[in-house]
This record gives sequence, C-alpha cells and structure tokens, in this order.
Amino acid sequence: MKLSREEVRHLAVLVRLGVSDEEVDRFGEQLSDILEAFQVLQEVDTTDVPPTGHAIALEGVMRDDEPGPSLPEEQVLANAPNREDDFFRVRPVLE
Amino acid sequence: MDLCSLTIHEASQRLRSREFSSVEITSAFLERIEKVDPRLRALVTVCQDEALEQAREADGRLARGDGGVLTGIPVVIKDNMCTRGVRTTCSSRMLENFIPPYDATVVERLRAEGMVMLGKSNMDEFAMGSSTEHSAFFPTHNPWDLDRVPGGSSGGSAVSVIAGETACAIGSDTGGSIRQPAGFCSVVGLKPTYGRVSRYGLVAFASSLDQIGPLTKDVTDCALLMNAIAGHDPRDSTSLDVPVPDYTEALVSDIHGIRLGVPKEYFVEGMQKEVADAIRAAIAVMEGLGAEVDWDASLPTTRYGLAAYYIIAPSEASANLARYDGVKYGFSAQDADSIWEAMEKTKQNGFGPEVKRRIMLGTYALSAGYYDAYYRKAQQVRTLTRRDFDQAFEKYDALVTPTSPSVPFKIGEKVDDPLQMYLSDVCTLPINIGGVPGISVPAGFADGLPVGMQFIGRSLGEEVLLRLAYAFEQATDWHKMRPPAL
Repeated sequence: MKLSREEVRHLAVLVRLGVSDEEVDRFGEQLSDILEAFQVLQEVDTTDVPPTGHAIALEGVMRDDEPGPSLPEEQVLANAPNREDDFFRVRPVLE
Repeated sequence: MDLCSLTIHEASQRLRSREFSSVEITSAFLERIEKVDPRLRALVTVCQDEALEQAREADGRLARGDGGVLTGIPVVIKDNMCTRGVRTTCSSRMLENFIPPYDATVVERLRAEGMVMLGKSNMDEFAMGSSTEHSAFFPTHNPWDLDRVPGGSSGGSAVSVIAGETACAIGSDTGGSIRQPAGFCSVVGLKPTYGRVSRYGLVAFASSLDQIGPLTKDVTDCALLMNAIAGHDPRDSTSLDVPVPDYTEALVSDIHGIRLGVPKEYFVEGMQKEVADAIRAAIAVMEGLGAEVDWDASLPTTRYGLAAYYIIAPSEASANLARYDGVKYGFSAQDADSIWEAMEKTKQNGFGPEVKRRIMLGTYALSAGYYDAYYRKAQQVRTLTRRDFDQAFEKYDALVTPTSPSVPFKIGEKVDDPLQMYLSDVCTLPINIGGVPGISVPAGFADGLPVGMQFIGRSLGEEVLLRLAYAFEQATDWHKMRPPAL
C-alpha cells in the first residue's frame, strides 16, 4: 500500500490543497503507513451488512418556513477578506 | 478560602448566600490565570473585561434573587465554539482573526443562565489530535508533569479545570476529545449521546460524530452543566427532540444490582500494565459497592474501531473543511494569479500538518476506486459496532473500561508519528462510532500520573453513567487530588 508522489499530488489537487515537495514526500510516507495499518478492515466479514452513515436514524427533518430575523449585512461581511459594496469579492472564475 | 478550588455547587451556594460575589470569584480566577497560565498555556484568549462585566450583571441578578444555580459561575469554552464578538480560532492560523457574529447554542444557553465566560481554551487544530500539540499556536502542558501532554483535543479545557483557572469548562468530543484529556488531567468529562446537545455554532470536524459536553471537578458539577446545555435545538437538525431529565436526580450512591460489563477487548495489547491494574482495582470498588460485574464481556468489533474511525472522521473532515476557501472569512492568501491558486495557497498556509494529513486521508478514502474498500467498509464496521453495543446493553446496564491505554505521554513523543498518536484514542472512539454516551472519571494514578475510568451507556443513558460515576466518587478520593503547586 505505497502511495506514489503522483497519487499524493492528485489528492491535493482534488481538494485544492497546495503542497510542497517536502510535504508530498512526508504525507506520502505517512499516509502509506496509515493505509497499510487499515488493511485490517479487509478481515471483517461484511457480507449483507448495511452501511451506517449516522448514529441516529433521522429522516428529512422538516420545519415550517417562517420568516425570522437574519444577521445584518454588515455582520455577514465583517470577516470578508475582500469585499466590494455588499458583496464578497472573488477572483475571476472564468477567464 | 481559596475561591479557585471550589466546585460549581460549592461556589453556587455561597454566591447565593452572598458570602462572596461573582466579581470576587471571577477576579480570583483571572488572577490565577495570570499567575499559572504562562506555564500551562491552557487558554488562547482571556476575556478579562467581558468576564468582569458579565460578573457584575450576575451579581445584579443574584441580588434581585433571580439567579439560578449557575448564575455568576465562571466557565471556559473550547475555542471551536462560536462566541459573539470574541475570536474563535479552533487553534488554527486559518481562523486566527475570526470573530463570530453569533453565539453557539451552548454558549447562548450558558449566558442565559448567567455564567461568566473567562476565556477560550487551546485545542488541537480543528479538534484533530490527542495531545493539544497540534495547536497552531502553542502546546498546552499537563499540570501533573509540565513535560507531558494534557491529552486532546480539549486539552486546554481539561487543564483549566484541574489547575483552578476556572470552575468548569466545555469541550467537544469526536473520538475521545473530552474523555481522554479528562482522564489525563484527573477531571470528570462526559461525552453525551449524539444529538443530546446542540452542535449549532460548533465548528464542524466530523458531523456524524461531534458532540459537546462538560469537563468538571466532580460528577455533581457535570450534572448541573448537562441540565443547562442538553436539549432540542431547531437550529441543529440532528439534535434529539426528547425531554431532558433533571440530571441531578441521577446522583444517588446506591448501585446495588446494576449490571456492569468489562469488555475484555478494551484491555488492549500494549496497554500500560499500571493503567490496567488501576482500572481493575477501580472496577473492584464498583463490585464492592454492589454492582454485578461481568469481567468477561465482549465487544468483538472493537479491534476494527480505530481503522473505521480514522476513515470515517477524516472523510467527513475533508468535506467539512472544504469551506475554508479564503472568500467569506478566515485566512486568505492574496499573492495568487488565479482563484485556484488562491485557494491552494490559502489552505497550504492556513492549515497545519495534522489537518492536511486528515484532509488527504479522507479524500483518498472517498475517491473513485477506493470508496468501497475504505469508506463503505468503515461504515459497515460502524453497523457492526452498533450491533455490539445493542447486544451488550441487553445484558448490562453499562460497560466499564480504561479511558486510555496509557498515562499522559511526553510532549514531542508522538507528534511526528500519527499512527501512534491515533492509538491513544483506541478506548474512546468506538463510543462515538456507536453514538452512545461515555464518561471519564478520576480513578487513580500510575507512576504519579492520572488514570481515567470510562463508563459507557446506552443511547440517552446519561443518568446511569452519572449514577455510577457519582457512586464511585463518593467511595473514593481520587477526584480530590490536585497537581503540585504551580
């Protein structure tokens, strides 16, 4: 279970995480060790065992759609790294 | 009188009889923090002015006679719960300057009770870790031995309680993050049933596992805080809409006939012998008090819990942490040519190594080609873990185990070895996978360092856990032990 440099870089691209060459090597080694240890899961017989995604079986919790107070715009935008008027400012998505 | 040594219930009585004021006890804690925290580093932010203002308000309520049992009592909040106007960092560069515009439901409830927030406690970054060494700011030191870790991720909360920096604290627990530091520091720590306490305003790590709970000097205080924080919240769709009992009514020391199972798998290979001995002695105390103990209980899926947990939790984390894109709040890299480069640099410079590792691990487990072998498999093991608990609770009222396989380890010992670090959660994380409640209580010492005992209960079985913990506490003096003077 050895992750190649290319695989590590691919994972980083999937989550848009910048990684240095040194991080690629270190994470590659550590993730390989972890995944190797987790091979133990393959011992478990899970034939006909359904997966559990959540500790409590809640189904579509609904509430009435009643208008209520929201945060004022100034507070919503107070932590924005870049803003323009009442908007979050981002770099162009389409060039 | 040393005001900093008082429990909630001791201080509460004296506040209401006006023996001292909330301003006085708050000032005493602030002085204590100033004196000892430079060595312990339990707190990321101290709210001196806000705390004194809240204390004055509480004194007003107490004078008018409309104070409750928690009015005027100081509390420390883990720094992953939103506090309006007070920065909430998650001990991460990513949120170093984030000031939430709203309170988490838990914080709102404690404020409504008239509690005084002294500050925000240090933690492993985004609650990912077992030692508080993964804080981006500084490690927290264990007051029983300053060269050792306090556990994590709620290490700052546990230390602030045992070191007398606060009357009590709030933490969060995804795989043991309340119970393991409670055990390492010799305080009481409860992870409630999943859904018992609202997670609204808790910065998400692994949403199907995260739960908020109290860290306190004794079991009575734990019940008092649970009375305040438990209950349904329409803003958290996973919170349970079931009535909240008065948890103090569970504090009875008679445990005759309660059936306790000791799952043999929790005395894992590699467990420190002195820890196992201390726990067996503590269980014998329970037996002496009249509990019916089965020393040969079994939860066969236990040995797969670690792998299942460290696939499920990072998978959920990788999705939850995708929101830190540098657009709406938090750290934002500016030196980039494109939106993609900006996001990559934001995460690269905003997250520390353990957070990056878990994001990558989770992404791997969820990615095409590996999903069935890892994520789906882990979720199937989750089903088997739940079946283990269901079957056990047909025979037993509660299970009892060590909280951790060792005493607190040295700072630096495991920080570069993620697998070794993960193993320190081996006794606590199956409880989160099962969604059931667990409590750690001070249960002795090994090599002069604290050992915690964990009781595990059925879903919404907090009252049984409190009763068992209370009976043990009445019969022993471990909860009265305090670390050497700082």
